[in-house]
Amino acid sequence: MASLEDKCRDRKAELDQQTREIVQWHFGDDTGCEFWLEKKKTFDFDPLKDVNCFDDLKKFPLFEDDWLRGGPMRRWVPQPLQNKPIYVFETGGTTGVPKSRVVVEDHWIDYELFSETLPDESFPKGSNWLMLGPSGPRRLRLAIEHLAQHRGGICFCVDLDPRWVVKLLKKGKVEEAKAYSAHCIDQAMTILSANNDIKCMFTTPKLLEALALRLMDEGSSVEESGIKGIFCGGTEFTQQWFRFACEELLGPNVYITPTYGNTLMGLACGKPFDPADNYKITYYAPQPRAVVEVVDFEDHKKLVGYGETGRVKLYTMTKELFVPGFLERDEGEREKPHDKYPWDGVSSVRPYHVFAKTTTVGVY
Amino acid sequence: MIEIPVIRWGKPYESLEKADVVHFETGEVMARMHQANGGLVQMDMRKASKAREILKQFSCADLIKKCEKAADLFLNATLPIGNGTQTPEQFCEIQSATTGLPLNMARGNMSKNAFVLKHMGEILDALTRGLPLEILTRGYGMESRGVMVSYQASSPVLGLVLPSNSPGVHTLWLPAIPLQIGLVLKPGSSEPWTPYRMYEAFAAAGVPREAFSLYPGPHDVGNKVLETSQRAMIFGGTATVEKYAGDPRVQAHGPGFSKILIGDDMVDRWEEYLDVLVKSVLINGGRSCVNCSGIWASRHTEAIADAIAKQLGPITATPTTDPNAVLAAFTMAGAAEAMNSQIEEGVKSPAVTEMTAKYRNGDRLIRKERCDYLRPTVLHVSDLTDPMANTEYMFPFVSVVECPQKQMIGKIGTTLVGTAITADEAWISELVDARNIDRLNVGRIPTCSLNWLQPHEGNIIDFLFRTRAFQNSLPPAH
Repeated sequence: MASLEDKCRDRKAELDQQTREIVQWHFGDDTGCEFWLEKKKTFDFDPLKDVNCFDDLKKFPLFEDDWLRGGPMRRWVPQPLQNKPIYVFETGGTTGVPKSRVVVEDHWIDYELFSETLPDESFPKGSNWLMLGPSGPRRLRLAIEHLAQHRGGICFCVDLDPRWVVKLLKKGKVEEAKAYSAHCIDQAMTILSANNDIKCMFTTPKLLEALALRLMDEGSSVEESGIKGIFCGGTEFTQQWFRFACEELLGPNVYITPTYGNTLMGLACGKPFDPADNYKITYYAPQPRAVVEVVDFEDHKKLVGYGETGRVKLYTMTKELFVPGFLERDEGEREKPHDKYPWDGVSSVRPYHVFAKTTTVGVY
Repeated sequence: MIEIPVIRWGKPYESLEKADVVHFETGEVMARMHQANGGLVQMDMRKASKAREILKQFSCADLIKKCEKAADLFLNATLPIGNGTQTPEQFCEIQSATTGLPLNMARGNMSKNAFVLKHMGEILDALTRGLPLEILTRGYGMESRGVMVSYQASSPVLGLVLPSNSPGVHTLWLPAIPLQIGLVLKPGSSEPWTPYRMYEAFAAAGVPREAFSLYPGPHDVGNKVLETSQRAMIFGGTATVEKYAGDPRVQAHGPGFSKILIGDDMVDRWEEYLDVLVKSVLINGGRSCVNCSGIWASRHTEAIADAIAKQLGPITATPTTDPNAVLAAFTMAGAAEAMNSQIEEGVKSPAVTEMTAKYRNGDRLIRKERCDYLRPTVLHVSDLTDPMANTEYMFPFVSVVECPQKQMIGKIGTTLVGTAITADEAWISELVDARNIDRLNVGRIPTCSLNWLQPHEGNIIDFLFRTRAFQNSLPPAH
């Protein structure tokens, strides 16, 4: 059996190989997308010759998400994919022109890979899913639906528009925001009560709280509603909230796993639950398609030491998207590789302290 | 290190998230406060009715006696605080250290809270207008004059989102316990001291712990306390007050814009009242909603402003341990600077003159490494429509405004405490009718001198109980 050290070394080699292939693809004259081929002209290095390993990605300037605002969207599509059906997903933002990403099949691949990390006893194959969260222009709805289908189930969906909730809260219309949340929970309750054999769920921490408490108020529980496994994401999924959810909202027979991700990167998985971690949440990116680093606040090219705090930096390296380093709006602690994920992770992800004061989080 | 747990209906709960409570000047960590989360509050509030049920096992009279005992304990005893204990002096020291409030003011606020608790019987008797308190417990009963009355509790608990900078406001929620209403407290991030000490004092006096929840935490927790309580109080700025205006469940306490109005019959004798004016502006570091922020008179206003400025201008920041310290620190980064900029902008108006500048010998704003101070400021405002005529800041700040007496009531705007220095019966009658004045004082009464037998920003009895019809026999034929 390979040691963790061996596994780490093998995965590093795999990452370097992925880096070379993806850079050749995105900067190849016959394969690259218009955006990167144009950008290449501004570089003082040749990505095709000078990028030979993951660390060479530091030669690129930081990826700016403002580049994703506005069209034409096809400038992001590599030439061989131009004739494929194209999806466009918004990555966030509540005002102005949204930041968008084009996708062909990445959302399916990401969630198929994520599916492999889900324990079958808690997310039984063939059982149906409830997707209770923001859909609309986000990729989440299609991704969760694909995950359910990939595992042989059907996905029931309830939408929530977080931008409307933000508007209500900014106007101080708390009662209306509550009524809107209740409207979403009403729909979820109806679906759960309609003999739909739903055993798995994606939702957000706030909506899970609202659903669990509604079920309790009606003399039931998440477990009694038939749900066995939940995955849930966002910086609101804190260590304390994880414990609260396990101990008080769900009980011992409902499995919940945290995820961290966005439309650019895909989905980072939580380290398997270990009571010794005391609910500490550690995420591992889906390497080699994406990488998460924890970097110095002042120098994004410098990793912090294990256990130290820094800014989350993302890389995406798929045939559909190349992101050579993007500073997320989050911070956390760098974590050591795990046997299941033999590369660096990040724990206790929370809003970057400089932005935290002005960011509205957890509205849904 | 003091560890302060969350309290969930009397049971300590150790959170996995903690926030440091730091010394305002040095940044030294003085305590770690366990942080609740919003869902946890919502989960607990499903059992809020039990808090009232438990308190109803005691009569109001019993609970009043326990309040008297709790007052002594709060003031004099060594009481638990989280994983340790705290003497009264340690309480004042740590409150001063984390809030920037001078030690003498911490002691003053402690005495004020204890006074209210000690005199709870008289206060409730006054606020209920002599109602037998068993009627509140039972929900109905016959008054001594033979009239059936019914009072229904509007909520089993009172929720509170408490401030970090004004320990005196805790007096407002103390009557809840003897009224058999439970307490759900969200302490301020740098002043958990009064709520936790009060909780321990009540418990040591025999009030069941199950009637209390204390949820330190982020804004989400405060929002959840307000959202899930049928009756709640929040303390904040004008924006907070406006946000909850019209919401019968929430009483928002904000700036007071308290004022002294000098009548034409007395204004020529203004010097006799100078001590009242100065005290109203200065006491408690000018932080309270009951501090005077406007003095209105028809004449002599420049002389009045100058006389106050002469006394207040030289006052400067001194260490919190100075027994004569009168200024409190601003610990929120940028707050003092923002206020100072607003004032600097305001005094550019031709109608505004800063009277303190010549007596101050230095800048208004004192910057320190981790906190700031603002030195007393007295403005003379000759145009009553100028924005500086009706402004309030949380330090000794007052505008002396020139205004004909007949226009005053219409122009002063919302006024929490209005002290009228006059003997003019006709004007007093108009002042009594003025609905923009909450507490009306007539005579030489500083705005900050509160008689606790009087209601404050609405009667808490009316807030926590609703009167309604109750009949258990046929009414007289009619």
